[in-house]
This record gives sequence, structure tokens and C-alpha cells, in this order.
Amino acid sequence: MTRLILMFAFCISLISNVAAENVATSSKELKSGVFDPPRMAPDFSLASSRDTQFTLSEQRGNIVVLGFGFSHCPNVCPMTLANLAQTYKNLGVLADQVQVVYMTVDPERDTPARLREYLANFNPHFIGVTGAAEDLAALRQSYGIIAKKEVHKNGGTYEVHHSSYIYLIDRDGLLRALVPFGKSADDITHDINILLQEKTQQAAL
Amino acid sequence: MKSGVARSLLIVFGVVIIAALLLAFFPLRIDSREEVFEIPKGTWAQRMSGNFVSILPDQIYLALGVRDLLVLRNLDDVPQMFGPTLIMPGQSFKLPFELASEYDFACTAHASGQMRVVVDPEPTPGWHRLQWRIKNLFR
Repeated sequence: MTRLILMFAFCISLISNVAAENVATSSKELKSGVFDPPRMAPDFSLASSRDTQFTLSEQRGNIVVLGFGFSHCPNVCPMTLANLAQTYKNLGVLADQVQVVYMTVDPERDTPARLREYLANFNPHFIGVTGAAEDLAALRQSYGIIAKKEVHKNGGTYEVHHSSYIYLIDRDGLLRALVPFGKSADDITHDINILLQEKTQQAAL
Repeated sequence: MKSGVARSLLIVFGVVIIAALLLAFFPLRIDSREEVFEIPKGTWAQRMSGNFVSILPDQIYLALGVRDLLVLRNLDDVPQMFGPTLIMPGQSFKLPFELASEYDFACTAHASGQMRVVVDPEPTPGWHRLQWRIKNLFR
């Protein structure tokens, strides 16, 4: 009886191991959340940390990594930006075709100069953008980003609770993917590399 | 008499062992790793008329390597905050999971405004698969 059961278990495990081989994922698939069909990323033109106006649609041909946060963020933003800095390193020379844009959710404190100083801690190539509070709120809504200001009880200081994911915008300006908080730099690099390999729609014509 | 009882017990024991082995080692049938949820057309209109019908389960169960792609489709006429992001009418959003954990998302398609995605570890053959299959019986 015992022998029979053991033989049975052995046969079943062999079958299951063979079956498991058929479910491997393709390395060509994005590891982030994917939109289908992708829509155009809502355009914006805002004051930037480079003291010039930054317009998203002028980035066509580049991959844009768009994040939302603020320079006084205690934990989420530093982790996200450190991850993106590592991603830039991973990309090597291809990083020239990628632009990280960080849109503030705290325009009261995040001036262009403050954003420049803050982002330089991670990578001086990163661009911070800011603008009027109403304009930024409308943009957040168009991207589905939530941000809520919370004033501390013991004084006038505050923090802003905000969505912690980042968007990947392809060379044609399409909102292609959403990277959840916590994705590794390797995974983000993987996804950006896939988008970099794609030709633009204009080039394909 | 005693030997009859002992024999019956042995048969029951054997059946239980075989059932456990089947649950633990029988291959999983994986047609697709996608778990698809849809917001039907007219959901927003129903909500506006005061009918807060729940169209999605409050908890969604996934398992790594088996069903680990959450697909959210918005068939309604208005954009929906569905899971972690804004999904436009006619658009779908596919989110792969690579880490077993519990994820809480805001979701306007839920009457509670909240959705929880429970991602189980990969049910590899043996004890993990047995545990996973038994857990699913009670979900």
C-alpha cells in the first residue's frame, strides 16, 4: 500500500513539474501595470527646476518617467527617487533618452530652486515641475493621482499624503504603464528598456 | 469484528492520503494567468440614481505563477478610479503581481470605496499546493 502511494505521488509530481514549465512569463512583457489601449498622457507646461518652462509634449522621442511627490516627503519620495537614480545608472548611455519628471504636490514649499536642490541629491538630470495649486490639482485629477494635505496638530507644519506610483510615458507621449511603489530598479529598468526598443509611431510610418 | 473495523479505518486512511496527495501534486490547469474584472456599462448612472450596488468582490484572491495578473476593464461611460489608477471608458488596466502580500486599493467601483487584493505564494507541488487548494475551498 505504502509503495503504491509513493509511486502515485512520484508520477503526479513528475506531471506537475512538466506542467509548470509551460507557464513561464515572457521577458518582453512589462512588469508594471499596463494600459490597453494606452491614452495620450495629459499634456502640461509648468515652471521647472531648470528655471525654464517644461512642456511634456516637447519630450516626444524620449521616455518620460513621471512621478508625483514633494521635497519634504519623509519616506515614499526618497525611496522612489533613489530607485529611479539606480535605474538611471542601470540604463547607462540609454539614460540620455529617458527623462524623469517629478511634479510636486506641495507647490507652497516646492519652488523651482527647492526642487532643483532636492532632486540633485538623487540625480541632477531629474526635472522637478511646479505651478499654481489649482493647475496642479487639475493635472493630478487627469492622471488619477490623489494628494491630501494633513496639518500636524502640534504646529503649522504639514505633510501631503499622495499616490506613490509613477507613470511611464512612451516616445509617442502615450501613457503606457504604471509602476507600483516598491518595484525594484531592475524591474523599472526592464520596462524602460522595452519601451526604448519600440519605434515611435512616426518612425514606423 | 475487530479486523473489519481496522480494515475500514485503513481504507478511509488510504482514501484521505490519496486525496491529500492529489490535492498536493495534481497539476494546476492554467488557461490564463489573468483574473478579469469589469465595470459594466451604466454603473455610474446607477450610482447617481442612488443605487450603490456592489459589482466587484471586496477581496480578490490571486496566486503567484497561477493567477497573478489582475485585469480591470472599464466598460462604463465615465472614467473610473479602479484599483490604483484612473481607467478611461473602454480601457483596461493589467497589473502583474510578483510578491505575495495583501494590497489595499481605493476603488470607486466598490460601494465601500476600497478593494483588497490578496496574493498568495506560488502553490508549488506538495505542501504549498495542498494548503492553497484547501484555503480556496473556504473562500
